[in-house]
Amino acid sequence: MNILGLWNYWIVIALMMIGLYILIARENLVKKVMGLNIFQVSVIMFWVSIAKVRGGTAPIVPEGGGDVIYSNPLPHVLMLTAIVVGVATTGLGLALIVRIHEAYGSIEEDQVREMDRAEE
Amino acid sequence: MTEHLPALQTALPLLAAPVCVLLRRAALVRVFAVLVTWSCLAIALSLLQEVLGHGEISYALGGWVAPLGIEYRVDILNAYVLVLVATIASVVIAFPLAGRELRIPKERFFLFYALFLLCLAGLLGITITGDLFNIFVFLEISSLSAYALIGLGRDRRALTAGFSYLVMGTIGGTFILIGIGLVYQMTGTLNIVDLSQRLPPVLGTRTVWMAFAFLVVGTSIKLAAFPLHQWLPNAYTYGPSVVASFLSATATKVAYYVLVRLLFTVFGFAFVFERVQLSALLLPLSLIAMVVGSLAAIYQTNIKRLLAYSSIAQIGYMTLGLSLANLDGLTGGLVHLFNHGLIKGGLFLVVACALSRVESPRIESLRGLGKRMPWTMAAFVVGGLGLIGIPGTVGFVSKWYLVLGALDQGLYFVAFMVLASSLLAVVYVWRVIEVMYFSDEERAPERDDAPLSMLLPTWVLIGATIYFGLDTELTAGVAEQAAAYLLGGAS
Repeated sequence: MNILGLWNYWIVIALMMIGLYILIARENLVKKVMGLNIFQVSVIMFWVSIAKVRGGTAPIVPEGGGDVIYSNPLPHVLMLTAIVVGVATTGLGLALIVRIHEAYGSIEEDQVREMDRAEE
Repeated sequence: MTEHLPALQTALPLLAAPVCVLLRRAALVRVFAVLVTWSCLAIALSLLQEVLGHGEISYALGGWVAPLGIEYRVDILNAYVLVLVATIASVVIAFPLAGRELRIPKERFFLFYALFLLCLAGLLGITITGDLFNIFVFLEISSLSAYALIGLGRDRRALTAGFSYLVMGTIGGTFILIGIGLVYQMTGTLNIVDLSQRLPPVLGTRTVWMAFAFLVVGTSIKLAAFPLHQWLPNAYTYGPSVVASFLSATATKVAYYVLVRLLFTVFGFAFVFERVQLSALLLPLSLIAMVVGSLAAIYQTNIKRLLAYSSIAQIGYMTLGLSLANLDGLTGGLVHLFNHGLIKGGLFLVVACALSRVESPRIESLRGLGKRMPWTMAAFVVGGLGLIGIPGTVGFVSKWYLVLGALDQGLYFVAFMVLASSLLAVVYVWRVIEVMYFSDEERAPERDDAPLSMLLPTWVLIGATIYFGLDTELTAGVAEQAAAYLLGGAS
């Protein structure tokens, strides 16, 4: 098995780990949303890359048929939906952060947690 | 008309949600949303009847035939889950919204109803669809609206709870997406029935094992199975009680349905329980969930948090039924899905009733409420008995099957644990009852119960826990058929 030949997976795994790391390690909520984004993008790249056929073009069959090699369009279309989901998640996350900032005056998770603890 | 019922099941609430935003007037929107949800219940019931009478329904969305098109497939299992989701939604949506629990003013209540219908459309969609990617899309529709619904809680901690739910939920959803991608890579199909035929030849590959792992972990996050439950207590504690009632009774249950569907239909009994031996992992985790969830519930001072931890324990019962992987065990898990939905939905509505009269959800503030709000608190007692599993309530029916399932496997320790954790439930339910009824207050408070418009929906759910505890034909009967259908290929 050619490990380097599977470089698309390495990129996916690297991005995924970066995203998860940011999610875990950062206290800033906006950075967390960024981490989440990177994490989601890695999966979108995974789907897009598995559909690519070597030497394949866009899936447009010329008039009268003809043997065109084309990439699998289905995963690409599915990922349009996944991108929309990602945008909606980001939007909602940022909206919540705006509200959190209004309510707490901070978007650092440790400070927010501290304020909650002080209240109890 | 009737042949389009599967499509209407999700299209109706989905289209009704933006209409709510256009109507705007709170009273009008409420009537509209109630009518839409009740129509969904009618559709779900007629689908169940159809399935029981004539077998599976396959509906090609937009006329594109499976496996190329998206198929809506209703069999006895998801017809049963559809009825649960639609029933709970119909009751909860009729419950009057209390301004003191929500952060939005009354003139913007229409947004709550729009979110609620979106969430309902997502949950029904997950359940009814026969396409794996469609499950992901509906899962995200329901989850995104659920995060927003949680964030509507008046307490500012609702915002942070909603945000951490969003982070956890998105990780779960994305894991599911990875799993679906890997499965698609190996089989080239997304249709569940098609997958169940194309997967067996490639089941030995590492890719499919990875897909399995991602899918199971992803759904377990949505299900809040121990130890992936961290998002749940805060979300249910700080979100509005009505939302907690709806989500605790439906969202986790639908995730459980997805897990069952993946394990039994997509991957198949032989792979999941004989090759991967999932029970070796799931069974201990379920037992820990039952004990740790109940123990944590005992030490809570907030009644909503108490109920949330109890939910984690109850989810443990459901996954226990799954990991027993025999007819009685799986029936127990599936029937508990319905029964716990009724109990926990009802109990959170009790909390919503109580919060219309007292300021805080702390157990202390419930002192003496047994005399002040007799009907509300009686509902709590009945629901609590259901949680414990007293004979005559639905909780007993589920535990009966679980114990039978455990004994059938010769797992006496597991049967013992089911009973032992019921004793823990006695402790946490009793703590609340003691404060409510046996406080040493001298002067008898005046009777000041929740209005009938709140008591009626609450008692519908609580009454149902008694009704289905005595007449088990509809719940346990259908659950047993569904379990037999799922295990059909195996035994």
